[in-house]
Amino acid sequence: MTPQIEIRGLSKIYPIPGGEVHALTNINLTIEKGDIYGIIGMSGAGKSTLIRCLNRLDTPTDGQILIDGENILAMDKKQLRATRRRMAMIFQQFNLLMQKSVARNVRYPLEIAGVPKKQANERVMELLRIVGLEDKANAFPAQLSGGQKQRVAIARALASDPEMLLCDEATSALDPMTTQSILALLQKINQELGITVVLITHEMAVIRQICNKVAILDGGLLAEEGTVDDVFMHTKSAAGRRLFGILPDQEEIPPQPAIRIVFDGESAEQPIISKLVKEIGLDVNILSADIRQLNQKAYGQMMIARPDDPFELQQVMEYLRGLGMTVEEVHVP
Amino acid sequence: MTWEKLLPLLWDSTVETLYMTFWSSLIAYAVGLPLGVLLVVTRKGGIMPAPTFNAVLGVAINFLRSIPFIIMLAVLFPVTRAVIGTAIGTKSIVFPLIISAFPYIARMVEGSLDEVDHGIIEAAQSMGSTNWQIITKVLLPEAVPSLVNGAAICVTTILGYTAMASAAGGGGLGALAIVKGLNVRKFDVMYSASLLLVALVQLITVFGGRLTRRLDHKHR
Ligand SMILES: Nc1ncnc2c1ncn2[C@@H]1O[C@H](COP(=O)(O)OP(=O)(O)O)[C@@H](O)[C@H]1O
Ligand SMILES: [Mg+2]
Repeated sequence: MTPQIEIRGLSKIYPIPGGEVHALTNINLTIEKGDIYGIIGMSGAGKSTLIRCLNRLDTPTDGQILIDGENILAMDKKQLRATRRRMAMIFQQFNLLMQKSVARNVRYPLEIAGVPKKQANERVMELLRIVGLEDKANAFPAQLSGGQKQRVAIARALASDPEMLLCDEATSALDPMTTQSILALLQKINQELGITVVLITHEMAVIRQICNKVAILDGGLLAEEGTVDDVFMHTKSAAGRRLFGILPDQEEIPPQPAIRIVFDGESAEQPIISKLVKEIGLDVNILSADIRQLNQKAYGQMMIARPDDPFELQQVMEYLRGLGMTVEEVHVP
Repeated sequence: MTWEKLLPLLWDSTVETLYMTFWSSLIAYAVGLPLGVLLVVTRKGGIMPAPTFNAVLGVAINFLRSIPFIIMLAVLFPVTRAVIGTAIGTKSIVFPLIISAFPYIARMVEGSLDEVDHGIIEAAQSMGSTNWQIITKVLLPEAVPSLVNGAAICVTTILGYTAMASAAGGGGLGALAIVKGLNVRKFDVMYSASLLLVALVQLITVFGGRLTRRLDHKHR
């Protein structure tokens, strides 16, 4: 089957006074229909540039972007507008029309598509119900909280019945609680409406919570990509390890030797630590733990201090591997 | 001068002032508003970039804007005669007023449209809007409070310019204050006409401010 979005050899160079910025270099990615595809990287990694190239808000210097097999870069203005209606976008700063009511904001995509007013108004109320804001139809964006504004933006994005939803740091301006509710809404939209979601973030927690695939960008290069399960359990790239908190960010902090234990669905339930203490007699020192539900499975990682005694270390590693866990020796800040 | 004589004079002059202000503002906006939009959309990074056109337009507008009104009035004499039919009188003053005001209005409109967050324009583009839809449904409506505020400033400025109408045989409160007041040492006429002029400016300023706040849904 043709992938929903295929990125081939994508590069973007910005000319700047006295030189150029290589924002993206030779990116190849395939996003399938129904994916919640996360793109993660540090600030300046090229995430926004990448997602803005997808609907041609930015023009790539080189490469191809195929939407259902059609190269968006070869489209004329009319085709481009039609394609953009199939791939809605939401933003970190919401970008709502500040002088228009919530209902008028959501109606905008219908207005420009020439949908009759009565039909459009009915659809607006339906969309506001989906995002849980039917009582705010006549409010103005300035009267809403950040989370409510993003819900309006999502309702507006859904108005054109898109097949894809592009989210550029959609939760980065929101507090953790609100982030949770927006992520849940995105997941619901993906599952119930079958909309492919491309999501950009600098937070690994967001990826782990709702994405099935992830690409890691590092300095404009694709560092690593694959299913979230895979990338999380067998992190290969330095950028990925940094995002998982394994390598120290700054060189000055002396890294501490540790054992990284990755929990997958089954083993997370096992009382690993108490077993280690009881059966090996090891004095376990937990450095950090981050375990949560992901795709209906318990998921996470735990860092424990590495025993100094090589024999003891080997014992621990073998014991954990015997339990079917993914373990590795790492350094943590 | 008695009130019976003064009042009709003041009334007629007020009507003349409002006539000059109204028509020159209206027509100057009809020219200046689209030019202001063009200045914004054709700029580098705008929605229809045309940098050369933008630069030429900018230079032309700055040139016109730098000519003082009283000079414009004199320089345009022959043109005004050709366009209006006469270069003297209240009606003929409207033409040079328009020529002086529209470049000023274009820059004012440009400033108002610049205040619209670029992210909103991008959102509209991402939804598949045409450039025309962006201008008419996003850029201008989002700038309405600021445009109204700017209009109040432009109209009061034009109102101030009308006071120079007497230089070309025009009427209005300014001409009344100078020709039938100052020049013939009738200070009651001069002061009452001047006060009325000030009152009109105040009225427009206050009304414009109120309207701006009423229309603004972003800052409240
Ligand atoms: N319009 C632009 N002109 C010049 N450089 C830019 C422009 N947009 C982005 N960049 C540069 O490209 C790089 C990637 O930026 P961006 O895609 O915004 O990163 P991210 O979204 O991952 O933080 C950065 O170095 C940034 O400074
Ligand atoms: Mg960004």
